[in-house]
Amino acid sequence: MLETHIRIQDLNVWYGSHQALKGITADIPARGITAIIGPSGCGKSTLLKSLNRLLEEMDEVRMTGQILLNGEDIYRPDVDVTEVRTRIGLLAPKPFPLPMSIYENVAYGPRIHNRRNGGHMAPLVERHLLEAGLWEEVRDRLQAPASRLSTGQKQRLCLARALAVEPEVLLCDEPTSALDPISAQRIEAQLRDLKARMTIVVVTHLLRQAHRLADHVIFLWLGELVESGPAAQVFNAPSDERTRAYLAGDIG
Amino acid sequence: MEKTLVSIRFGQRGGFWNVSLSLNRGLKDRLTGHMTSVLTLGAALLVPLMGLALFLRARPILAISPVKELLLSTTWHPLEGAFGFYPFIVGTLWVTTVAMIIAVPPSLLTAVYLSEYAPSRVRALAKPLIDLLAGIPSVVYGVWGMLTVVPFVEKAVAPTLNRWLGFIPLFRADNPTGYGVLAGGLVLAVMVFPIIIAVAEEVIRAAPQGLREASLALGATRWQTVKHVVLRQTMPGVTAAVVLGFSRAFGETMAVLMVVGNVPRVPRSIFDPAYPLTALIANNYGEMLSIPSYDAALLGAALILLLVVLAFNTASRLVLVRLVRNESE
Repeated sequence: MLETHIRIQDLNVWYGSHQALKGITADIPARGITAIIGPSGCGKSTLLKSLNRLLEEMDEVRMTGQILLNGEDIYRPDVDVTEVRTRIGLLAPKPFPLPMSIYENVAYGPRIHNRRNGGHMAPLVERHLLEAGLWEEVRDRLQAPASRLSTGQKQRLCLARALAVEPEVLLCDEPTSALDPISAQRIEAQLRDLKARMTIVVVTHLLRQAHRLADHVIFLWLGELVESGPAAQVFNAPSDERTRAYLAGDIG
Repeated sequence: MEKTLVSIRFGQRGGFWNVSLSLNRGLKDRLTGHMTSVLTLGAALLVPLMGLALFLRARPILAISPVKELLLSTTWHPLEGAFGFYPFIVGTLWVTTVAMIIAVPPSLLTAVYLSEYAPSRVRALAKPLIDLLAGIPSVVYGVWGMLTVVPFVEKAVAPTLNRWLGFIPLFRADNPTGYGVLAGGLVLAVMVFPIIIAVAEEVIRAAPQGLREASLALGATRWQTVKHVVLRQTMPGVTAAVVLGFSRAFGETMAVLMVVGNVPRVPRSIFDPAYPLTALIANNYGEMLSIPSYDAALLGAALILLLVVLAFNTASRLVLVRLVRNESE
């Protein structure tokens, strides 16, 4: 049996009066890539953003249920939300480099957490840019504004920035949707390299991407969890009729 | 399809005979278009025309004394033909600077609160209330200044600051009345709050939500996100908001002239009276115009005001327009 990293228990989310997630219960195993799939508007991103409590930044959101990280409820009132987000990183659909240099973007996370790294910020920045596969392209212009990078490079910078905080979980919300195919391929390759040492959750509406990346799959349909389990099982022998229809391209 | 351009119809409606002149709707459309464009052009031309008129009327004073002397001479003796604007220019700068020092920090913090912290309901309530401040007639601010701010400065601020910081010339209180730079600055500060808050709040809130989330998702606190990311990203727009407030304070007349003391001397302390350019014009234009060149001198002062306010306004609007364009890309 796989070790559970994140346990989602009876999660309900409302935007105003619209219920976006209905009684979601699922386990996300430690390490490996878990793909959340389903048609757009089915609640994939909502589920993802509830995992690092970014959901509460929005107006008029209400939720019930529990999310346990290593058995601890991250929504308990005495939990420090910044601590949760330090342990659970995010790669957004569209890259938003911070308004500072390439170097400072990567150093931002460690800096705000007062991790001086014994005064060795430069090696740390280099290491994470290497991990994100960006180092070779930017090593000569680390002090240039991050806004000058191409979109694909920006997304890898965002990956390096997220990794620099050394999270145990990395959430990726349609991480390649704004990218050209080559850049998308590079991001996927980095994620595959990273999955040996951290838990990765990828929201995607691209079935082929889910096929390429996923070790585990969660299938959402209109705010409900229809099916979840090992990728091979969900893709090859779906137990629910809706999963079968979605995978076949009949619905969604 | 109607071909006639004009038709006159006679008809009976409610017992009265009507003559209605109906224009072809294409013609009507063209006429409206022309008329509105002429009106707009006229309004747009007002500023350059005013500038030109002021320049022409102020030219005689330039014939008497060179610009440099006008701007830098401290002697203001109209009867002897000495028109030194220096005390007035410095008076304006003192009052405006004091106003900005008082107004900018709380305005920006309010803008940050409204855009980053306030629940939408609080924002929906607070914003219109703050905007109302901008609509209060400036003479009301002047009266408030005379009844409240001047006594407050006289009885509380001046004695206290003089006792503890009086060794610094800036805070020495030689003027016992309360009418002076600080009173003017305080009244102006309240008047520019709504301008700076409104523009800065809009600019800050326009920062992309994804940018905030990028910082928050790294475990940054909200204040870290505001300070290192949101404010850094929106700095040009926030600066423009402050400059807009500055040009408003610079040109304000009525409220200032009621509380600032109006003594044509270069102030040395925030409690000294001052005499801003606006007050000079408002107090004196129409009086003593028999004095030669007096009229030209006052209009020269008006020209200086117009140019400065125009320059600041244009600069900040250009920045804001560029920002809006970048946002929409």
